[in-house]
Amino acid sequence: MKKIFKNQIALALAGILAGTSAVAGTLVINGDTSDPAPKAAFQAVIDGFEAENPDVDVVYNLFDHEGYKAAIRNFLSADAPDIAFWYAGNRMAPFVEAGLFAPIDDVWADQGLYSLMASSAPGMTMDGKKWGIPYTYYNWGVYYRQDIFEDLGISVPTNWDEFIAAGETLKANGITPITIGTKYLWTAGGVFDYLNLRTNGYDFHMALTSGDIAWTDDRVRATMANYQQLIDGGFFLENHAALSWQEALAPMANGEAAMYVMGNFAVAPLKELGLDDSSLGLFQFPAITPGVPMAEEAPTDTIHLTAGAKNVADAKRFLAYAARPDVQTAWNKALGQLPTNAGAGVTDDKFLNQAFSMLNNDAPGGVAQFYDRDTKAEMASIGMEAFQEFMVKPERLEKILERLEKARQKLY
Amino acid sequence: MFPTPIERTKPSTQLLYKIALPISIIIWLLPLLAVALTSIRSGADINSGNYWGMPTSINFMENYTAVFTDSPLGYYILNSFKITIPTVIGAIVLSSLTGFALGVYRFKLNLFVFFMFVAGNFIPFQILMVPVRDLSLSLGLYNSVWGLVVFHIAFQTGFCTFFMRNFIRALPYELIEAARVEGVSEFKIFWYIVVPLMRPAMAALSVLIFTFIWNDYFWAIVLTQGADAMPVTAGLNSLNGQWVYNQHLVSAGSIIAALPPVLMFFLMQKHFIAGLTLGAVK
Amino acid sequence: MYSYWKNNQLKIAPWIFLAPGIFMFSLYVIFPIFQSINLSFYQWDGLGAKTYIGAENYIELLDDEYFIVSLKNNVIWLVLYLLAVPAGLFAALFLNQTVRGIRIYKSIFFFPFVISQVVVGLVFSWFYDPSNGLLNIILEFFGFDTIAILAEEDYVTYGIIAAGLWPQTAYCMILYLTGLNSVDPEQIEAGRIDNARGWRMLWYVILPQLKPATFIAVVVTIIGALRSFDLIDIMTGGGPWGSSRVLAYYMYEKAFSEYGFRMGYGAAIAVVLLLIMMVYIATILYRLYQDEKGS
Repeated sequence: MKKIFKNQIALALAGILAGTSAVAGTLVINGDTSDPAPKAAFQAVIDGFEAENPDVDVVYNLFDHEGYKAAIRNFLSADAPDIAFWYAGNRMAPFVEAGLFAPIDDVWADQGLYSLMASSAPGMTMDGKKWGIPYTYYNWGVYYRQDIFEDLGISVPTNWDEFIAAGETLKANGITPITIGTKYLWTAGGVFDYLNLRTNGYDFHMALTSGDIAWTDDRVRATMANYQQLIDGGFFLENHAALSWQEALAPMANGEAAMYVMGNFAVAPLKELGLDDSSLGLFQFPAITPGVPMAEEAPTDTIHLTAGAKNVADAKRFLAYAARPDVQTAWNKALGQLPTNAGAGVTDDKFLNQAFSMLNNDAPGGVAQFYDRDTKAEMASIGMEAFQEFMVKPERLEKILERLEKARQKLY
Repeated sequence: MFPTPIERTKPSTQLLYKIALPISIIIWLLPLLAVALTSIRSGADINSGNYWGMPTSINFMENYTAVFTDSPLGYYILNSFKITIPTVIGAIVLSSLTGFALGVYRFKLNLFVFFMFVAGNFIPFQILMVPVRDLSLSLGLYNSVWGLVVFHIAFQTGFCTFFMRNFIRALPYELIEAARVEGVSEFKIFWYIVVPLMRPAMAALSVLIFTFIWNDYFWAIVLTQGADAMPVTAGLNSLNGQWVYNQHLVSAGSIIAALPPVLMFFLMQKHFIAGLTLGAVK
Repeated sequence: MYSYWKNNQLKIAPWIFLAPGIFMFSLYVIFPIFQSINLSFYQWDGLGAKTYIGAENYIELLDDEYFIVSLKNNVIWLVLYLLAVPAGLFAALFLNQTVRGIRIYKSIFFFPFVISQVVVGLVFSWFYDPSNGLLNIILEFFGFDTIAILAEEDYVTYGIIAAGLWPQTAYCMILYLTGLNSVDPEQIEAGRIDNARGWRMLWYVILPQLKPATFIAVVVTIIGALRSFDLIDIMTGGGPWGSSRVLAYYMYEKAFSEYGFRMGYGAAIAVVLLLIMMVYIATILYRLYQDEKGS
């Protein structure tokens, strides 16, 4: 309320002072960069933008990362900011369909993004229009304690047997093979995605997440059987259902666990907990079914112009700024992630170099967004809850698959 | 008096009782004491898992100031005051009026209106969630301190009316009769005769409502978003999501957030308990 | 005009006094109840248009195992939460003395009730924490296995209820302490002369006199149990795999959370909750009515 009011005054003032350049004012951005690194990174982007555009006053409303996903539905329809953070792909669809995001093809054209962002363009396109600016993407993979692997003479596993063998060696030395915290569910989605991508391949995975394949299908059962092998083998951290993903970092940092199927954003907090390039490593999730082309997960994060934006002109200036190669280079350097603009430079960092090469050279199968971005929201919540349950109660497999199938038939 | 006063029992029982009292209080408050202990530890202790050993250093000042300097908790607390104080005033004003009307006048629908307030007060308030959110949106009050204030005033009017009406019922009705015979208008009766007598009830209600509203979490997350209008309860939870490795700071924040109602309770204990029991046991 | 007012003052005045309160209460409480009931017959995502679908939301509820789990948990809450009443009575009896400093003890016992449920939830999540929580430290000390209460579907609801009992017991204690104050000393003496003591005295002499306090303690506890939301949201978010959900939480999740935005379905859950609550509301109103008729 106060915000809108302030905004209107600013606009009115700008109107009075018209005759100068563009109509200036307050630019309201809602975002979820609540972890320290992303928070500082985006603050730097804001500062840079304000320095170049002294007539614009950016108001940034920071949300807790988990809470944001629920809040955005409220504020987009209620009290829309000018710009909102969100995600590419299917996850964006409800807001586009409900007319809550506004297309920004003009920004894409002006900035030459059709060619510079060609690789992330499909995830931003609906009805032939572009609905946002992708500003970063990041790889998933298996982050592991390189030093522990070296000490125990474990080489990086490239196939399922080696992976299982590595885990057995770790267990024999009193180390939990895989740490995970499933309290907020999505981490389990990542594990499932990889198992399914490796067991059945990218096309099958996308068909499954799009609701075209029954959950009781034998190929799904094959994925779940591999999953169960890890569970029954005691590969996962105990009590994972009580932990958030951050809390599950600690066992890895202090050497009680050796691997984490995770996104690149885990690197910064792990380093804060004392790991460095010599103790922390990354490898591609190993192959399972021979001959299935390797596919990866690389979710893209985006910013959007909202349909209810009050300061469209400045919002577009900001979006253009955020798409610029130099801005993306610096922003992603601070994030420790990969820029979407092909003109931007990738930070020279062990993990980013490796991830960049992995995504560009070693993922012939395709690149998925993530379970909860590739599938319908309601199905995603039921699905990830089911994976969590399966990880603790694998004997309920049959019931769980039936429940998922029932949900699929209702929702698709 | 029941049970038998302790001073009339055997000396051994007396001694036992005097030992049992402090022990029981410590067990009762154990979870809270643990948090208080965590709140003065250093970040190093937390990271090394030293939750229960001797603290390597006492970081009382550092932690409690860090909560204010490194997080918006101070701002959230300010929001909580901005929400709580107007709600207390508003609810008391409204319920003085309604309580007076229902307590003093005899009219056909009196009991019906009274029961409406009582029943409304007891409903599972989740049923109001969707419509109240939409209403706040259309009034332009969504995500504002006033949106919460107006809703809280309206909802608390149910309980407060119940409370005030019963209190006024217990006042000497002859006073009002006498004033009417003198030709004093109804408004003057309310203002000059009844309101002064209602002071104890108002005090009791103020303390109660203050506590209820300060501690509200559900409506805070339904009607606000982001840091703008968020009160300290919702803010604390969001902070807990962000400060996973700073449990000492979240602990300090929890203690700070709990402080205003606790102080209120200790300072106004008499009114508080009078309020609880007056409202409850008619 | 003036004389009309003069003659009818007693008829009009109450409505003038009532107007603001009734207006606000109707706008924010009474009408929304009916709006929610109405909404429960629609399908609505909160963004687009509403579609009338008759009783379909309710039919879906019958076949929704998450709903059944929530309902079951609500029953567990209802039953176990009532332990706060005897526990509060016990605490009140324990503290109903006049030794030095007893007032401070009473206040400190009451403490948890004044604290926000958010803080209570955080405090107990840390208390239950599988690696560093005090509970597991104590269990380990006595040689038991550690246990992650909030991650076990069989324990999680009980763990949350235990956290909820903490403030609720304090509340009941205060109600009983005040009740004990007004127990008639002559009856106690009479009881003593009849050689009633201990449990017999409590059961036959004291408890009957504490009836009003018991009634209100039961009422507030039941209502608290059915409204339970804060602790669940703070401590588990309904997990693990939804096994600690209750109706109030499930409806919030379906209507407002990250993955749901089914307003109509949420409203239908709320209506079910309201129907359960109506049993108690009706009891309370009936009792009030009896009292009013008596006076």
